[in-house]
Amino acid sequence: MSEALLVVAHGSHLNPRSSTPAQDHADAIRAAGAFAEVREAYWKEEPSFRNALRTVAADEVYVVPLFVSEGYFTEEVIPRELRLDFDVSDWGSDGTSADSVTLHPTDVDKTVHYCGPVGTHDAMTDVIVRRAETVTGDSEVGEGVGLAVVGHGTKRNENSAKAVQYHADRVRDRDRFAEVQALFMDEAPEVDDVTDHFESEDIVVVPLFVADGYHTQEDIPADMGIATDDGYAVPARLDGHDIWYAGAIGTEPLMADVILERAADAGADVDAEMRIPGAPTAAADGD
Amino acid sequence: MSDSDPTPVDALREAAADGVDFDGLSVAREADGLRFAVPDARYDDLSASELADVVDRHRSHVENWLFWHQHAPQRQAEWAFLRWVERADDLSVPERDARLRDADGLTREWGQVAVTVRAAEDGRRRYELRHVDDADADRATLTVHADPHEARRLRKTDDDGDYRPLSTAPTLPHGWAFVDLDPAAAVRAVDGFYPATVANWHREREGTLDVTHWHEAVSRQTGIYGVVETWDRGDGHDHVNWVAEACCDDSQCLKRREWEYDDDTPLDVDGGAGVFPCREPCSLVIAAARKWTRLEAEQSRTYEFDLTPSEKEQVEAIIDAVADGRADEIRDADTSDGANRYRARYLRAKLFDDAGNLCGVPTDPDE
Repeated sequence: MSEALLVVAHGSHLNPRSSTPAQDHADAIRAAGAFAEVREAYWKEEPSFRNALRTVAADEVYVVPLFVSEGYFTEEVIPRELRLDFDVSDWGSDGTSADSVTLHPTDVDKTVHYCGPVGTHDAMTDVIVRRAETVTGDSEVGEGVGLAVVGHGTKRNENSAKAVQYHADRVRDRDRFAEVQALFMDEAPEVDDVTDHFESEDIVVVPLFVADGYHTQEDIPADMGIATDDGYAVPARLDGHDIWYAGAIGTEPLMADVILERAADAGADVDAEMRIPGAPTAAADGD
Repeated sequence: MSDSDPTPVDALREAAADGVDFDGLSVAREADGLRFAVPDARYDDLSASELADVVDRHRSHVENWLFWHQHAPQRQAEWAFLRWVERADDLSVPERDARLRDADGLTREWGQVAVTVRAAEDGRRRYELRHVDDADADRATLTVHADPHEARRLRKTDDDGDYRPLSTAPTLPHGWAFVDLDPAAAVRAVDGFYPATVANWHREREGTLDVTHWHEAVSRQTGIYGVVETWDRGDGHDHVNWVAEACCDDSQCLKRREWEYDDDTPLDVDGGAGVFPCREPCSLVIAAARKWTRLEAEQSRTYEFDLTPSEKEQVEAIIDAVADGRADEIRDADTSDGANRYRARYLRAKLFDDAGNLCGVPTDPDE
């Protein structure tokens, strides 16, 4: 039976870069041959979630949300708009452990495997480390270096912070970086005081956001105090520290592999050799 | 044709067991051999070698059948779309064959995309997509693409490089051509420019388009858009007429609006003449409606402004120019146009106070 991958993302009416990560990862997955059919759908762009499944030819569709945390979008908006009879308890998640559930949409005759968001998959921890490597240009980065994983954080959704904390804990457990902290824009501990949280001179700051936009390119650099008229320097000198600010993690090419991991976990016939070249698997580091 | 493809004769012989009846070609297995018929000829009791001769004689019919059953995407919506592109319902096989072999091919317009189909070897088709305005342009002047997935990136900006959040806005950029596409790739590129339009157009043709009218669509909203439902009160639907006039007019969106206020209450404004339907208020309409829901919660007040007759008309001209997207086109020195920049600046200099209040009248009378 034919299988398709549908990457669902937020998109934007204002920021053309919002959908770029979903498009880039879809193209990478298509080029790797991991799925014969790869499509995207958006909340704010087209095809809309409502019209997405009818654009898919395959009978079996793996829907992977390109979102960083479980919450309003993954639990309410996406299933409703895809016309899935979904109950959040189907995932049985503690806020970071959603895997997948098999459902049947009401507008098309297909089987949908609705997956948890990429942001809470264990393989995301690898992407955070990879991001630290690429922004510093050091494939061994870690010793004597602090790592801040930054999330939006919101009082409306405790899972938003949970996902950030989850990966910060997992990176810390690897004993690779001298220090690891979860920091937030809208709740404590705040990214504004980033240097207060680290002893290390070098601090890598990785925002757990899908796309570069106002939050990652203006808000967070300004909050930290590294914003200049031209954006921000990498590294930027701040209070006796070098800040290596990575920009949205969603643009990291390795994210495509997390999307495939989600689909494979849900039962998709993804050939391991077809996965994104150079991608470590979650199992490789003993998780 | 690759080695693994059956010859037209073999394919037809195999299909004859179940009978073939397609675009005027009819083939059936009978007791004494095969029966083969096209609109102007009929052959009975054909042996295998005789069939080969007959196929050769009526090659366009057989290749047409083979293309639509072996090479075209078999998914109904895509198949129907590609048949529509070459007017298969209107043109006979010989007519189509001649047109497809002509250098011009057959062209249909899908929004602002011109889809041209031409004959390739063995009755197959190749497709070319361009902006409708570029249909006659020298290909050398266009940026040529072969990967249909690039269409969805091309559609993101207009000719000025401005972001197009609505793919069906009539502002598709010019200067590109997708060439030498196979049938599946052609549909993929069209869907990249205008997502889901093929699927919904096909549903409409089949009588199964699932229209979600305004009231139902806003009732579904939650989160920051939940408030839009409160804009619907009583029996009135003027506000939705105004939304549709503002957002869904053909000058703003090439989809043909099929949704109304609700199942029993059609809107009073025209849905447009687009070839593909709009089956529910889109996210841009909902986002704009959220803003209007808040603005329209305000009560009217009576303000008093002293304007000359020309100043009143100038205010109207400025609103018209912005609403019609014409403000950028007004020439610098064209002071006969009320929306001319110098005219607008003069009006502002004369009538606004230091706080930006028209005629010095505060927005809130208590200020």
